[in-house]
Amino acid sequence: MAAKRKTPVKTRNPDLIRGVGKYSRSKMYHKRGLWAIKAKHGGVFPRHDPKPKAPVDPEKAPKFYPAEDVKKPLLNKRKPKPTKLRASITPGTVLILLAGRFMGKRVVFLKQLTSGLLLVTGPFKINGVPLRRVNQSYVIATSTKVDISGVNVEKFDDKYFAKEVEKKKKKGEGEFFEAEKEDKKTLPDEKKEDQKAVDASLIKSIEGVVDLKAYLAARFSLKSGMKPHELVF
Amino acid sequence: PFKRYVEIGRVALVNYGKDYGKLVVIVDVVDQNRALVDAPDTVRSQMNFKRLTLTDIKIDINRVPKKKTLIDAMEKADVKNKWENSSWGRKLIVQKRRASLNDFDRFKLMLAKIKVSRSFIYFSILHHFHAMFS
Repeated sequence: MAAKRKTPVKTRNPDLIRGVGKYSRSKMYHKRGLWAIKAKHGGVFPRHDPKPKAPVDPEKAPKFYPAEDVKKPLLNKRKPKPTKLRASITPGTVLILLAGRFMGKRVVFLKQLTSGLLLVTGPFKINGVPLRRVNQSYVIATSTKVDISGVNVEKFDDKYFAKEVEKKKKKGEGEFFEAEKEDKKTLPDEKKEDQKAVDASLIKSIEGVVDLKAYLAARFSLKSGMKPHELVF
Repeated sequence: PFKRYVEIGRVALVNYGKDYGKLVVIVDVVDQNRALVDAPDTVRSQMNFKRLTLTDIKIDINRVPKKKTLIDAMEKADVKNKWENSSWGRKLIVQKRRASLNDFDRFKLMLAKIKVSRSFIYFSILHHFHAMFS
């Protein structure tokens, strides 16, 4: 192959219909200038022979191979799409958690993380829900929004919430009983500071709306006569 | 025994189907079961009587009036206000409002109800005390 063209070739032979060009073979020979190329190289088309390849060592048989042929699994190039966020969930929306330790709590949505999970906070002072990840499927989005402009959530991502890897302890005989009562895992101060920083401006904007603080502090529950499919959230 | 009659000009409420909840005027009777029905914002069409609930309101029109005549007659009889001030109409408006309440609105409503009942309890206890000692 000679040098590659920078722009793709535009055909000089427009289609009359699909499969039939306007110009015949001889006309196209003339249009493409093949006569000029031939003339330039003394009546012969230029030949491009393949370059001689460097000598390659012949492959040695591997030391071990299985007795029967082993099937290779089919290649899977599938890339999962990023989780689609429901249109009703925007930064600052109040969400109702439906499962887990904080079932029924009303909570403020901050942003969607790259894993697809939603980053959410109580705020902690109001209802005890810390900065937490929550799955979209376990959440009802209400139409109540909180002003979230003063909050900086750039630094939070999935790695922030990863479990800390524990060092493996070698079990000695005498240490058996002592190893059982390890000290309780306390939250590092840095995370507490992060929580306070995020909640500071949030709480200010929440207190600006009447009754919103009490609303977030209360839990949601279905009472008698409430039909979830008829409720407007 | 009957107070509301099917007649030309009777205002009725649609209680079934696509136009559920709308007020329409009976402009003609097709046969024993169906009426020709019209409203300012709908196309004139036939409806089974079973889909209609008659109201107390009646307007003064001829058989099958033109749309403009119908609208003018409804304005003259003030159907909209009469309906919205009637107890039936008010109830429907309240129902619609309650159904459209937000989760936050329902919370605020609960707080308001508690406040009212607490002030009533306080007032009734006060009253009781006063009655005991006077």
